[in-house]
Amino acid sequence: MAEPYSSFSSRVIPLPAENVDTDQIVPARFLKVTDKAGLGDALFRDWRFEADGSLKNPAFVLDKPEMAGRQILLAGDNFGCGSSREHAPWALVAWGVRAVITTSCADIFRGNALKNGLLPINVSPERLTQLFEMSAADPDIELTIDLESQVVHLPGDEDLPFDVDPFAKLMLLRGTDELGYLLGKADAIDAWEAARPARVDTRIGT
Amino acid sequence: MDAAAAPRTLVDKIWDDHVVAQAKDAPSVLAVDLHLVHEVTSPQAFTGLRRRGLPVRHPERTVATADHSVPTTPRNLPILDAMAAAQVDQLTANCAEFGIPLHGLGSPSQGIVHVIGPQLGLTQPGMTIVCGDSHTSTHGAFGALAFGIGTSEVEMVLATQCLLQRRPKTYEVRVDGRLAPGVSAKDVILNLLSRIGVAGGTGHVFEYRGSAIEALSMEQRMTICNMSIEGGARAGLIAPDETTFSYLAGRTHAPTGAAWDAAVERWRTLPTDDGATFDKTISIDATALEPMITYGTNPGMGLPISANVPDPEATADGPGRRAIEQALGYMDLRPGEPILGQKVDVVFVGSCTNGRISDLRLAAAALDGRKVAAGVRMLVVPGSDEVKREAEREGLDAIFRAAGADWREAGCSMCIAMNGDQLTPGQYAVSTSNRNFEGRQGKGGRTFLASPLTAVASAIAGVIADPRRLPGIEALGAVGGR
Repeated sequence: MAEPYSSFSSRVIPLPAENVDTDQIVPARFLKVTDKAGLGDALFRDWRFEADGSLKNPAFVLDKPEMAGRQILLAGDNFGCGSSREHAPWALVAWGVRAVITTSCADIFRGNALKNGLLPINVSPERLTQLFEMSAADPDIELTIDLESQVVHLPGDEDLPFDVDPFAKLMLLRGTDELGYLLGKADAIDAWEAARPARVDTRIGT
Repeated sequence: MDAAAAPRTLVDKIWDDHVVAQAKDAPSVLAVDLHLVHEVTSPQAFTGLRRRGLPVRHPERTVATADHSVPTTPRNLPILDAMAAAQVDQLTANCAEFGIPLHGLGSPSQGIVHVIGPQLGLTQPGMTIVCGDSHTSTHGAFGALAFGIGTSEVEMVLATQCLLQRRPKTYEVRVDGRLAPGVSAKDVILNLLSRIGVAGGTGHVFEYRGSAIEALSMEQRMTICNMSIEGGARAGLIAPDETTFSYLAGRTHAPTGAAWDAAVERWRTLPTDDGATFDKTISIDATALEPMITYGTNPGMGLPISANVPDPEATADGPGRRAIEQALGYMDLRPGEPILGQKVDVVFVGSCTNGRISDLRLAAAALDGRKVAAGVRMLVVPGSDEVKREAEREGLDAIFRAAGADWREAGCSMCIAMNGDQLTPGQYAVSTSNRNFEGRQGKGGRTFLASPLTAVASAIAGVIADPRRLPGIEALGAVGGR
């Protein structure tokens, strides 16, 4: 379904906030859509725009002209906490983000991100501080993310290794999705279900 | 001792019972017993099924309702928001096309998905339950492994009735002692969150245990499990016991006769074995708890209600201090001020956290014969149509109306502010819901999360008020029910 996740280089978008929740990433009033497209404008909506729709002044980091086209978000701890809305990674990807480097992502967000070609990369708190400092000193530093070898190449030939779930890595590199894999388990699912009665029948009483 | 005989936790037992397949290096294929669906996180999943030409594997293990974007104005009025109307219509069409039972708008069993599951007896011990909604953790109160999923996963469960999951770590939350009058389940969970923060449970499932948990009614247990996700844990469970069984008995989907006896026998084997170990543990002394309230912009930013707004300067320089500074800036609160006495514009009683009949009984008992303060708007939104009817049978609506509160139809309402029930910029709300994120209850709105009793005390006072000072508070502990 998706494109295989290839290695890429990009400058970074620094967002030094902790516990960025999915209500900030996509406010709930944008959840009335029935498709996935077009959420790029909803991304961080209330941090970017005034009530009248004009950009905040000073502009939120995403709207600074030099951020256009950047694909790596550098964010504080526990990125993506709160609601399970997959609209959050949809919006990030629609804007162009392909990786979030932080110390940890919330569990549901991490799972959602990986299913949408958005790679969460966890680094140590010290390393995250260093990356923010590097980006403050030189806003144009470029990182290269190599999922195949699980490293972020930093300027000056330094390599920062990262962990990734081996299964999620395989899915990303192949550009296949988990549903395809699950459908391939139909025989196992049939056998498991045949041995166990259903716990409920939801049709009763409707 | 072989692995099968090793002592296991409640989570381990449910997990082991639902692993369909396990390949090396891959996540487990985990069977789902019950899939709850609502209008906001499902449309794209149904589109995905159509694109692949797939049916819903088990429509009879799937159930839908419309709750998030539905108005709470009288049901004979149309949905004015065209996008919300289209989303609700889409859910109806999807359920019809794929054969999924729907408790839709206008049905007597409509309501917030996490209220109607337990109410219908669909939520049962030992099950795996998922929904495209992070507050699915609510159902853990029955000793079910219940967690929120994204829309891609909704599509997977629709297609295969399974998910790919890694086994979570376990986190024991021990709560012993006895809650004082005016202190409730909501205060227990807000206290936990204030201690561990909003990422404290990441990668883990909470198991709430101890004498204070055992003493809680099912609805109070649901309040606690509901907010597990606010601590970063996808799920939070409580072992099933006599309280659980007596709540379930006789409900529409509960087993009957010999099947009931067999089910109870099975459910009795679920509690964590003596000697089982958890990856993490925390203890809370229930006896020492005060009513809690949040001051900031995430649910971990909570305080005992007699405390003062924290001073960022007293926190070590770093992200923690910046977060408090930013939160106080958004909330327009000054460090060191008492939280008691802060201005309140709106009081919201409702949501999947505190919108059940026992919550409304307690709120009504505290409000009976009193008035909502001038200038305060109070909304009471029942968690389901059934809760609404029961409240009306008991005359609770009359108490709320007489006090000057707005009595509305069922839905998520001002918890997520998708349906027009929202704060205006700058307004302060004391809310019984679960999230105080910036703009959560309306762009620019400011939220203090608290219990129904604290909400009512604040509605009467017109400012944040201590529910322990409500007249007759000692007697209110007995109000509520199962």
